[in-house]
Amino acid sequence: MPAISSSVGSGAAGAAIFADSDSRKYRYFDPKGQRATHYEDMTVDVQPDPERYLIQDWIISFADGKGAYVKQNTAAQSSNWHAFRAPDQEWERTHYQRQSKIETMVQSVINNARKSGAPKTFDKAWVKILQTQLGAWKHAEFGLGTSLMQAQRYGYTQMINNATLTNSSYKLRLAQDITLYLAEIGLDLPGWDDELGKKSWLEDKNWQGTREAVETVMGATDYLEQYFAINIVFEPLVGEVFRSGFLMQIAAANHDFITPAVISAAEADYERNLANTIDLMHLLANDEKHGAANKKLFQGWVMKHGALADKAATGLQPIWSMPHSKPVAFADVRAKSEERIGQILGELGLKR
Amino acid sequence: MTSLTLNKITSQRGISVGEATKKIADLGWNPSYVQEAMTFPTDYKINKTPRDPMKQVLRSYFPMQEEKDNRVYGALDAALRGDMFRNVEPRWVEWMKLFLAIIPFPEISAARSMAMVARIAPGEELRTGFTMQMIDEFRHSTIQMNLKKWYMENYIDPAGFDITEEAFGKCYATTIGRQFAEGFITGDTMTAACMYLTVVAETAFTNTLFVAMPSEAARNGDYALPTVFLSVQSDESRHIGNGHSLLMAALKEPENHLLLERDLRYAFWQNHAIVDAAIGTFIEYGTTNRDKNKESYAEMWHRWIYEDYYRTYMLPLEKYGIKVHHDDVQAAWERITKKNYVHKVGQFFAVGWPVNFWRIEAQTDKDFEWFEHKYPGWYGEFGEFWKWYAKLSHKGEKVLLFNSDVGYVYPHRCWSCLVPCLIREDMVVGEIDGQLHTFAHELDKWTATVAFADEYEGRPTPAMGRFSGKREWETLYDGWDLADAIKDQNFVRSDGKTLIPQPHMRFDDKEMWTLDDVRGNTLGSPLKALRGMTPEARAQHLADYAKGFTINPCN
Repeated sequence: MPAISSSVGSGAAGAAIFADSDSRKYRYFDPKGQRATHYEDMTVDVQPDPERYLIQDWIISFADGKGAYVKQNTAAQSSNWHAFRAPDQEWERTHYQRQSKIETMVQSVINNARKSGAPKTFDKAWVKILQTQLGAWKHAEFGLGTSLMQAQRYGYTQMINNATLTNSSYKLRLAQDITLYLAEIGLDLPGWDDELGKKSWLEDKNWQGTREAVETVMGATDYLEQYFAINIVFEPLVGEVFRSGFLMQIAAANHDFITPAVISAAEADYERNLANTIDLMHLLANDEKHGAANKKLFQGWVMKHGALADKAATGLQPIWSMPHSKPVAFADVRAKSEERIGQILGELGLKR
Repeated sequence: MTSLTLNKITSQRGISVGEATKKIADLGWNPSYVQEAMTFPTDYKINKTPRDPMKQVLRSYFPMQEEKDNRVYGALDAALRGDMFRNVEPRWVEWMKLFLAIIPFPEISAARSMAMVARIAPGEELRTGFTMQMIDEFRHSTIQMNLKKWYMENYIDPAGFDITEEAFGKCYATTIGRQFAEGFITGDTMTAACMYLTVVAETAFTNTLFVAMPSEAARNGDYALPTVFLSVQSDESRHIGNGHSLLMAALKEPENHLLLERDLRYAFWQNHAIVDAAIGTFIEYGTTNRDKNKESYAEMWHRWIYEDYYRTYMLPLEKYGIKVHHDDVQAAWERITKKNYVHKVGQFFAVGWPVNFWRIEAQTDKDFEWFEHKYPGWYGEFGEFWKWYAKLSHKGEKVLLFNSDVGYVYPHRCWSCLVPCLIREDMVVGEIDGQLHTFAHELDKWTATVAFADEYEGRPTPAMGRFSGKREWETLYDGWDLADAIKDQNFVRSDGKTLIPQPHMRFDDKEMWTLDDVRGNTLGSPLKALRGMTPEARAQHLADYAKGFTINPCN
């Protein structure tokens, strides 16, 4: 049936030629490259602001007069908050595809491993480590995830907030993955106590440095400080140290091939989140007008959160002595971690 | 003898859903080194841990959502293969330029709202619910941007879609959508992110937004909108659960009851004013389908809002000690059925066509018959107007907004809901900080002057938001030539002269209006004019305004 409300009996592209009948690209923003990516089309300018088209300004304010989004939500400054594009280019479809694949993979590994009786062959000391140490770590991931959930309300552009939102989604997924993984293998292991992880997180002195570092991020009121502290400082100094430097490298030697698979996704998550964070911070650190002030601010964050992260990592050292098989030494892991943060900070012109 | 199945051989013990959610809720703890910052203000006190009614975890959530996405994107591909756009009604798709310019920002604002509610109550039981809602809203915002891009790429006239987010920030009509979205994220956290967003907007009005509207899209050959929006709506039950759970936690504290009454009242009225204005217009005026057996917007409103929401959700709140303002629901119903609210909004958007960024075509005899059947008396009030609209849709005619032959009087704008004061007899005026303002209804005045204040019925409410900004759009272009205002908004096609908006669906350059066709008409701010009058002149003006206007016969 032809379209009755069309002068040409059709609503299809090309059915008539007239002014702008071929204007088939969003034309209200400048793409970063020669052509807008799909991510840019889905993201740019969805959160407006008075500098970008909001001619009536924010029309509801908080009691203190601040509008829905203000630049003062962070101490960092920018000549152009709208320049940032997340390198991972994530929008809803890519996010669900990735998260869904990870969940399917993780669940499949756990199910198949349990079917073959794998948890029962874990080294006994390793079982205790999973129960108490990995059980404690899930709370760190959760705390970082909730911090990022908080942070995604505050950024000045959609690009910043969506990158923070997906980072939060990855962290909270990991915290849940670990929780369910431990609960499930616990069903196969006599005497398993799922409560020990939280007890260790709250009371074990090894974990108190990590808890303090995470709680400091949770308590920060500057959203960019939270994003920076997590991906630029905490992750290379503590997160990767425990995930890659301990769980991923030591598990197999203690007859556990499941844990590295569960954790591996998190390492890939971090690579993406790190790329996003470095790109944003790089823009701010090299801002023509505010670069110097931002660098000074970032350096302060490195010192503040770096000291807490060092304390956290040092506190975790005794964990490396707990497994029967110790293929990796803590000192080597720390050295690698120092090298890693050195590279990250080097990208931003910062130092330890 | 029992049969042996593969499931029985391979099954293994797992943990129950209830146990899984309990363990996940236990991921939280009370920080002792550094306290979490309570950066979002609220005047509510919540001491009870809200319960999670959905008990879903991310492990099942992500694959479920991916599957939903696969169906959506598969359907979009199928629509193209089936040549959907050949049969789609432009009258319908043009309104999608307005709707889809608005909706992605309210959606992503709802994601931001989850940060605000997540820390407001003790415990972490609802955290997963809030997390999933945050990611859902990210889904909705970007899936809607994708749909809009898809329309832009495949629909006969992409102009208007191509400037969509710019138009959202500038247009007099999208202002209403911005009021809606900013209401989710600004001011008292409970008021904004729980009461206004989840308890009212999502629980009540997403049914008209995301269920009623897609039905009408399908009747106009558009299978894409239902595919996307029914998928979006399938996420809403989780959000409704979040809102209800937090509401129940808030109800436990008697000192919250007064604020709950205030917020339910404000949220219901403003959602009605905004959503019914927009969605009512899209459904009733964007359609070409005049099947008399289908429900009108008023009939749908009765089903979704009155029967479903008011009777089964709002009314039971009374047993918890919350005063429910039944008369407000009745007043909203009467605005729709007796005072022609939706029709007056449709008329207003048509009057404003030169400053739109979409096309509106005239209603015809077939439409008149349907309107009269569904809304007896409609023709007497609106028939002549639409005849004028059709007559003046031709290039070279005097633009309707400034054509004194028609008899339409440009309305004042409501300072609260930002929809103009279209039911003329209901308009009231009031002062805020010594400045005169106009309101569409007493309840709008109450919202702006009583609810959005630092004290409510003697109780300090320091967290409550404030109305701010240049709320009356007309103020921005007071004294401007219409052509210059359109140019300033960038609602001009890339040839630099042809307008993006057109008062017809004639896809032909010869028929399309240009800046020159609208030049020589000066826009004005009704509010500024009102403020500038002497007290006597103002009283006379308001009395005349309340009497309304008469559209002259169109011959």
